[in-house]
Amino acid sequence: MRSTRQRRILARIVSKPSTLLAPAGIWLIVFFVVPLGVMMVYSFMPRGVYGGVDSGFTLEHYRRFLDPLYLSILLRTTLMAAGCTTICLALGYPVAYAISRARRWKHVLLLLVIMPFWTSFLVRTFAMIFLMRDTGLINSVLMRLGLITEPIVMLYTPFAVMAGLVYTFLPFMILPIYASLERLPTSFLEAAEVLGAKPSARFRRIIFPLSLPGVVAGSLLVFVPALGSFIPSDLLGGAKQMLIGNLVQNQFGAARNWPFGSAASFVVMAVVLLGVMAYLRSGRGELATSLRDIG
Amino acid sequence: MKVSLVLPIAYFSRVKKPPIPSVEFRGVSKTFGSTRAVASLSLEVAPGEFFSLLGPSGCGKTTTLRLLAGLEEPDRDGGAILIDGAPVTDLRPYERDLSMVFQHYALFPHLSVARNVAFGLEQRSVPAAERTTRVRDALALVRLNPEQFGNRMPSELSGGQRQRVALARALVIEPSILLLDEPLGAIDLKLRKQMQLELKALKRTLGITFIYVTHDQEEALTLSDRIAVMDHGEVVQIGGPAEIYESPRSAFVAEFIGESNFLSGTALREQDGLWTIGRDDLEFRIPAQPGIATGSSVTVAVRPEWLRVCAPGQTPGNANMIPATVREVVYLGETLQVVAEVTATGKAMRVTVPNEGQLKNPIAWKTGDEIVLTWLPGDSQVLEENWS
Repeated sequence: MRSTRQRRILARIVSKPSTLLAPAGIWLIVFFVVPLGVMMVYSFMPRGVYGGVDSGFTLEHYRRFLDPLYLSILLRTTLMAAGCTTICLALGYPVAYAISRARRWKHVLLLLVIMPFWTSFLVRTFAMIFLMRDTGLINSVLMRLGLITEPIVMLYTPFAVMAGLVYTFLPFMILPIYASLERLPTSFLEAAEVLGAKPSARFRRIIFPLSLPGVVAGSLLVFVPALGSFIPSDLLGGAKQMLIGNLVQNQFGAARNWPFGSAASFVVMAVVLLGVMAYLRSGRGELATSLRDIG
Repeated sequence: MKVSLVLPIAYFSRVKKPPIPSVEFRGVSKTFGSTRAVASLSLEVAPGEFFSLLGPSGCGKTTTLRLLAGLEEPDRDGGAILIDGAPVTDLRPYERDLSMVFQHYALFPHLSVARNVAFGLEQRSVPAAERTTRVRDALALVRLNPEQFGNRMPSELSGGQRQRVALARALVIEPSILLLDEPLGAIDLKLRKQMQLELKALKRTLGITFIYVTHDQEEALTLSDRIAVMDHGEVVQIGGPAEIYESPRSAFVAEFIGESNFLSGTALREQDGLWTIGRDDLEFRIPAQPGIATGSSVTVAVRPEWLRVCAPGQTPGNANMIPATVREVVYLGETLQVVAEVTATGKAMRVTVPNEGQLKNPIAWKTGDEIVLTWLPGDSQVLEENWS
């Protein structure tokens, strides 16, 4: 049996922020910071003959990335990720708004949003192949209905990649926006209405600005993983639609060029960092205050 | 034909028209699910009146205010609400000539003080130059320095300052009716007292109708021209503060507004304009009232401050007398309260006694003393609801 005093000391140690942060912190150091450091070092080392690296220092891998071939992949990836974010926002905001206003069905609707996570991401992407290929469900239904005579080519096009990306990341846009709308007190809207704001003005002046923290969080949660994703482009896009994620995967896998894969990863990280900073800076005024006051 | 048309008009034009009420509820009902929040409520508020809706939580006072604001719709066939004589039941909140201060202010957190106040003007497309002047004037009206506070965010304000901004935002659109939903509920006592006086002064300056929801009886008495006491969705009494306090019609009103002692008994006999009411060795007299007959059961309320504590044998003539024992003397600062147990019934009665300084001139009574509680028959408040 511990004395009260001992228990109190123990409680104080346990409730310290540093104690609470330690387990996850150690986890991240071991499995994130250390590998990142290793990759950083690798990206400046010559490629080994049989994979791995040789000793020495070189900027060759970064120089190689400046090749128009790789830059065009980077550009395509960035545009794809940005497009995916925009589409997710356009599709997801109304859904989040509707769920936040729903009463009885709120929990059911939220469940439906997260339900795709119950099956493997890979399985869901394969399912999309069956939907979109020339003899797939969409084409066969349309042909059976006589709406088309030739199958519409969807698979292995940018459209298929985009459809896969949007499908994959849509919940990550909906949930944070829903959370910020859910917190918005109805009295704000009532006050605005009494003061003369019609529905469109209430949305423009009150609802949307106050949901910006959710929009920002959702956009980051979609943009960043979309930039690094490789499964949708690999399975739905074919070789023509290679994204930076496929490039990195390739270098670490088939190509056995770890240093170049590492360098490509760091370039992506730099793009993400710059993009996020520019994004946060662009909406500073109202956004910063919204974040402070309701976030 | 012509004559019959002209005559009534001529007739009515000669009769002095009663002033059109600023607000009128005609049998308004509102039901949420199976709960009747407001039950066929009727009331009239005169232009320029400071009118309070007072009652415990859940009595329907806030729903009444929200119905008036247009934030709730009455039930189907749920009566009519009129503003300045015109029905507004089908109008949106912003189509009614009113404004509202919300319970927790509902200031827009992402807009500065000046932009919060300007919000209603922007929605009304008031030109920018005029907007600036009017925002400035509104802030000055609630005694906030526009230069100092205009650019602050709501999160940088104290409770009292937020309260003032909410008032300025509601008043800047120059409504003819201002609705206030427990506006002082969230600020501390001292500031609340000060804000009460300022609200009263503001109302005098502007001359518009104020409709004020509160559960604080003292606040309602301080501020109001008239008070509607509500309970279970119904108005149980409407009247000026003195009328409500000094002549409550029901035990609910007597108890909710201030403190009261209740005594009940059967009407025994009438003599010299006084009825004698009695029960269990206890008799007291009340002024004759229409509706009381021999055998009626009667309940009266007596305010603690209208009772006197006397030593047995030193009672004034003409007063009602109830023998009792002192149970406790409670020190309240401004006053003392003697809690006495009535000998005949065993029930407690409270008497408020002015504090004449306990250090220099202490009260003569202590626990266990035999005393007589006295009051004048005319100070009995006869409650209507118990007549039978």
